[in-house]
Amino acid sequence: MSAEPIMERVQSTRVTPGEVSGEVVAVRGVTRRFGDVVALDDVTLDVGPGELVGLLGPNGAGKSTLLSLINGQRKPDSGTVRLLGGDPRDAASRLGLGVTPQETGLPATLRVGEVVDFVAGHFPDPVPTGDLLEQFGLAEMARRQAGALSGGQKRRLAVALSLVGRPRVLLLDEPTTGLDVGARQALWEAVRGYHAGGGTVLLTSHYLEEVQALAQRVVVIDRGVVRADASLDVILRRVALRQVVLTCATDLSAWPGVVRTGTGAAATPGSDGGARQTLFTADADALVRALVRADVDFRDLEIRGASLEEAFAEMVEPGMPGEGAER
Amino acid sequence: MTTAPQRPAAAPASRGVVTPLRLTWLHLRFQFLETIRIPMAVIGNMLFPALAMAFFVVPQQEVAQNPLWATTAVAGLAMFAVCSASLFSFGLGVAEDRQLPFDPYVRSLPAGPAPRMAARIANSAIFAVLGLLPLIVVAWLFTAATVTVLQLLAGIGMVLVALVPFVLLGMAIGYSMPAKAALAVVQVVLFPLAFAGGLFLPPMMFPAWLDAISKVTPTRAARDLLDQALTGTTAYGGAWLVLLGWTVVFAALATWAYRRDEGRRFR
Repeated sequence: MSAEPIMERVQSTRVTPGEVSGEVVAVRGVTRRFGDVVALDDVTLDVGPGELVGLLGPNGAGKSTLLSLINGQRKPDSGTVRLLGGDPRDAASRLGLGVTPQETGLPATLRVGEVVDFVAGHFPDPVPTGDLLEQFGLAEMARRQAGALSGGQKRRLAVALSLVGRPRVLLLDEPTTGLDVGARQALWEAVRGYHAGGGTVLLTSHYLEEVQALAQRVVVIDRGVVRADASLDVILRRVALRQVVLTCATDLSAWPGVVRTGTGAAATPGSDGGARQTLFTADADALVRALVRADVDFRDLEIRGASLEEAFAEMVEPGMPGEGAER
Repeated sequence: MTTAPQRPAAAPASRGVVTPLRLTWLHLRFQFLETIRIPMAVIGNMLFPALAMAFFVVPQQEVAQNPLWATTAVAGLAMFAVCSASLFSFGLGVAEDRQLPFDPYVRSLPAGPAPRMAARIANSAIFAVLGLLPLIVVAWLFTAATVTVLQLLAGIGMVLVALVPFVLLGMAIGYSMPAKAALAVVQVVLFPLAFAGGLFLPPMMFPAWLDAISKVTPTRAARDLLDQALTGTTAYGGAWLVLLGWTVVFAALATWAYRRDEGRRFR
């Protein structure tokens, strides 16, 4: 049944299960409220050394709040957060942490080289500014003011800044939102390179594609609750759904391969008695072929990808009556 | 863009720390750079005390031509300029910085509140001294105010000590509320403090009850101590205690407000 969150995650990266000191990030039973809004509700998340974890969820799910607890900006109302074995509120615990600033947040009047120097100055063994800018293709921009950079350049600078202190763990909040394909690929390569060198990465995204390109393990979070924590493959099977919309007199909600139906779709009879139905399935091609082979009379077929929000709905609203119960 | 793997820190072996002094110097350098990148703000701050002197003291000949009164007037104006600059430019600056998305990022870097706050005070001090230079020139050219070199140096030293509590008060306000609220609160705090502290009217004109209140304000303590440094008039007993006491109180408030602040952003 879809209601059960999947928690069969890979244990191999753990030192010893339950041993706190081995975790790079350890979030235990954390709740955080903003006034009446519960941003995080009893969240537990451990990230071991060398893992590349994608934190996936729709906007407002609590991803950024979780990151702000891990980077020491905020305190949990209850529960504990440990970073590299220490309290993230202590500056010393953050020596091994790399964070990206929001691209809009670079001090506009400082030069690119100056911004890098400033951040580098916080770390005992930083990457030399020239090398870092070279690596991110920003060497010729070093003397320009940060405000003069293009959106893509600002993003690259943001990721470069997160790496300047040779961090042991990298927190990336929506690293490539709003970037074109080429720039996005280049940044993904940089993240992969860092991870290949032994670094630990926790990145948030509301793009399935981004998480798919990078993460080995995926944590799905929605409305402040961890809905799933599993390997990329398992999550993909759960959320990479296609949406098949058609008009048909027969109720197809129990058809093999249909994970669930769209909300309220069953009861919209057309003039000829056919009802408009929205079917979610992992394989739209197979479903359509099966319908054709079985000579089901349908019309006005539309197929499109399910958005992350739609894909999550099955995890988000467990046990809704009338939904694809065959799983 | 090349993608040579970024080597993460080799092992706990290379895990040194950057000393607080170096962090303070780092933050000071960049705060100073950011300040001078907007030259009009710097020029405005530098001219304000000198203009106040030219408009309010120089035309009053009986004050301007009396060496002691003129020097006292310079002390009062200097103190007001320093209070105002500390509370507005730097205290309020905190509230404005906090609204920028770079601020939560800086807070995630491995530096506690101390280096940032110390750097802010030092930056404030640099521009306070710069702002006093035109004031000293106007006073020297157009009034009978007179000091020895030693008194002048003592006065500048005193200004540097006296501005600390005001920067801290400004920061306590800046970290507690959004910029628009901070602006209003700074104004509401500055003028009564300046008046009660005798920066506008000499405290000799105060009735006894007001003088008693005045003597526990940081502005009065700072004004009298500066006056003492410049003219040799003895400050009232307890002035140092009042000034240092407020410094401790405002430092505690600023630290508390900083720790409690989690930025304006929701998620």
